[in-house]
Amino acid sequence: MIRLEGLTKRYGTFTAVNGIDLHVPRGELFGFLGPNGAGKTTTLRMIAGILRPTAGRITLGGVDLIADPMRAKAILGFIPDRPFVYEKLTGGEFLRFVAGLYGQGGDHVEHRIAELLEVFELSAWRDELVESYSHGMRQKLIISSALVHRPELIVVDEPMVGLDPRGARLLKDIFREFAARGGTVLMSTHTLEVAEAMCDRIAIIQSGSIIARGTMADLRQQTASGDASLEDLFLRLTGGSAVRELAAILEA
Amino acid sequence: MMRSLLTVVAPKWRTARARFRQGRQAGPGRAVVLGAVAVVFWAVVFGVLYRVLAYFRGVEEIGPLLAGKLLGLVLLSFLSILLLSNVVTALSSFFLAKDLDLLVAAPVDWLDLYLAKLGETMLHSSWMVALMAVPIVAAYGVVYDGGWLFPLVVLAVFLPLLTLPAVIGSATTLILVNVFPARRTRDLLSVITIAAAGLLVMLFRLVRPEQLARPEGFNNLLDFLTVLRAPTSPLLPSEWATGSIMGYLVGPWDPLDLVLLWSTAGAFVALGAALHAQLYPTGFTKAQEGAERFVRGWFWQAAMAPAARFMSVAKREFIVKDIKLFFRDTTQWSQLILLGVLVVIYLFNIRALPLFTGEQVPFFFVTLVSFLNLGLAGFVLASIAARFIFPSVSLEGRQMWLLRSSPLDLRALLWSKYWTGTIPLLVLALIITVFTNVLLRATGFMMAVSVGTIVLLTLAIAALALGFGALYPQFETENAAQIPTSFGGLVFMMTTVALLAAVIVLEAAPVYAYLQATRADQPLQVSLRLALPFLGVILLCGLATALPLRIGLRRMEQFEF
Repeated sequence: MIRLEGLTKRYGTFTAVNGIDLHVPRGELFGFLGPNGAGKTTTLRMIAGILRPTAGRITLGGVDLIADPMRAKAILGFIPDRPFVYEKLTGGEFLRFVAGLYGQGGDHVEHRIAELLEVFELSAWRDELVESYSHGMRQKLIISSALVHRPELIVVDEPMVGLDPRGARLLKDIFREFAARGGTVLMSTHTLEVAEAMCDRIAIIQSGSIIARGTMADLRQQTASGDASLEDLFLRLTGGSAVRELAAILEA
Repeated sequence: MMRSLLTVVAPKWRTARARFRQGRQAGPGRAVVLGAVAVVFWAVVFGVLYRVLAYFRGVEEIGPLLAGKLLGLVLLSFLSILLLSNVVTALSSFFLAKDLDLLVAAPVDWLDLYLAKLGETMLHSSWMVALMAVPIVAAYGVVYDGGWLFPLVVLAVFLPLLTLPAVIGSATTLILVNVFPARRTRDLLSVITIAAAGLLVMLFRLVRPEQLARPEGFNNLLDFLTVLRAPTSPLLPSEWATGSIMGYLVGPWDPLDLVLLWSTAGAFVALGAALHAQLYPTGFTKAQEGAERFVRGWFWQAAMAPAARFMSVAKREFIVKDIKLFFRDTTQWSQLILLGVLVVIYLFNIRALPLFTGEQVPFFFVTLVSFLNLGLAGFVLASIAARFIFPSVSLEGRQMWLLRSSPLDLRALLWSKYWTGTIPLLVLALIITVFTNVLLRATGFMMAVSVGTIVLLTLAIAALALGFGALYPQFETENAAQIPTSFGGLVFMMTTVALLAAVIVLEAAPVYAYLQATRADQPLQVSLRLALPFLGVILLCGLATALPLRIGLRRMEQFEF
């Protein structure tokens, strides 16, 4: 469903993403992990068509994103890490607008909007301006907007930020169900327990390159870590010395 | 205390320095253009005032009185403008700024916070007035031989003069926020200030101040002198400032005016600080709440329904979204009040032209005014486009993640933005042009030339505004009113003025030919010489419409977030 070939992004002399190759098949929930500044968000934003790659190829559902962006983006739902939405639109209006961007309108969209707002417990806020929404409510609205046009693929950057435990649980269920019905999810997160519990496969990126990938079992095997948790694996792969330094600072 | 105040102010100062450095790295082009515009502006203001003051200086007895009166009026206008702008700026700097959470949570002394934010408010709302004052006081200094001490006197006068409205404005905002929630206050203030400014401008124009300059307006010289000698109000700080400056320049110098200015400013800062200590904590808490709630947006959806049949869902939703955002943002729609005032004054000025004094309609002048009016109307339209169309791409900045990740064709976005801006502009352009020509009793030929040209110009101006808006986007600026004052806004205005000049020059020849033919009582011969300039205008405006849109689209395709 998602295929990245030699994906590279440079900003001047700085290489943010360095020749990534990745394939996420249909029906898979794929976790994308890495320390801050590793290149996760840049990669996801390139897949979403917001950033143009310096080199390499992105294929979504067999369609080249650069060559035919309209067709490739039509099957995609993107959830960014920072929920910027039009403050002076109501939640309902925002969802209608997003459906419109995907060329969808009419009664079935209104029905879909009501359905999504109900699922995310935003029905009572449907006619309120987004400026009065809390951070978590905005996040829920953006997740709804990524689902409103019934995508085949969801790319999501830090989905749990700002969500209450009920919202987080709901989102996990939605993603699992989405993948079970043949949808594909590519998710970046810092919540390692979530990644461990939800993802079929995981890739760990550092300094713009993928340093490990596979199922939990594959990762344990690659690092010869016995039955270590994903957190231990992550720290071993990305260098856990910062944790020891932190302890030193707190004790000083 | 001074040290902690400096700590609070330091991030602002460092940000300004970093911006300056970034600007320097971007190359000298921007600085050269900005510098050239500033110098030309200053030179024009200085030149005009120098001539006026030089004339006053030559007039015995009443010369210095006239100069003082003029300075008093200028300073009074500055004071009114400063008061309005400080009230609005104080709302942002004291209650809505992004650094407030950090400052209020940190152990920062309330007095430091007050002084830092007062300084910020004063700087943001006064810099334009201060720049404007430079050529004015320079003209006074040069004409009345102020000497090297004069700049120091001006500085000593202006510092308290700028402080006073900042304190009063901040205190007014503080009280208002304690009564209404901050966001409501912002809405309220934007309407009140704009309506007040519009009303002031309109009143000033409708009383026809040009008539006061005519000596026959007064019964005798004594009345005239009495009016000149009397201060507008002895309690106004602008009068104290005038007294200090004119006293230094033409004597006798009375230190009381300067003492009054400084002591009042000092007392006001102390009172402002006391009020801040009492009301700020409650006001700041109230500022965190009170966003607008429940709205039903069925009106625009329904209003657009008939037109929606002819466009794609994406275009329709985009247009509806833009219209809703405009009419729900008070800082945006309230500008329409000023627009209304502008149109009324524009038409009033045309009516007030002393063209029809006799029985006979002065054909030559009417045609000339009708023709040159195209340039003026074009300039007014350019200013409106700079305010409303130029920022439209920048305002999408924070939501660009959504637009770029969806299969929205950027051409559809540009198309929607272009027509949402152009149609109201076109209506306005036609109102101004047709009404002006009717008031001028212009001929059918001039009416046709004016209407045709203004339609072409409007299409081009809107495209230029959108194109330059995409070329010089300001994605970080949330306030739409600030976006046109950027470098890109300046380049847009300069390009539009060049286009207007080119169109006027091109059409001058056929209009002159028409004038000559009518004077000679001959029918106008349609020839290639007559038609070519019009074709040139069509071509030029066509290019000025298509090129910016194409370049803007390319630029938007390269946007990265």
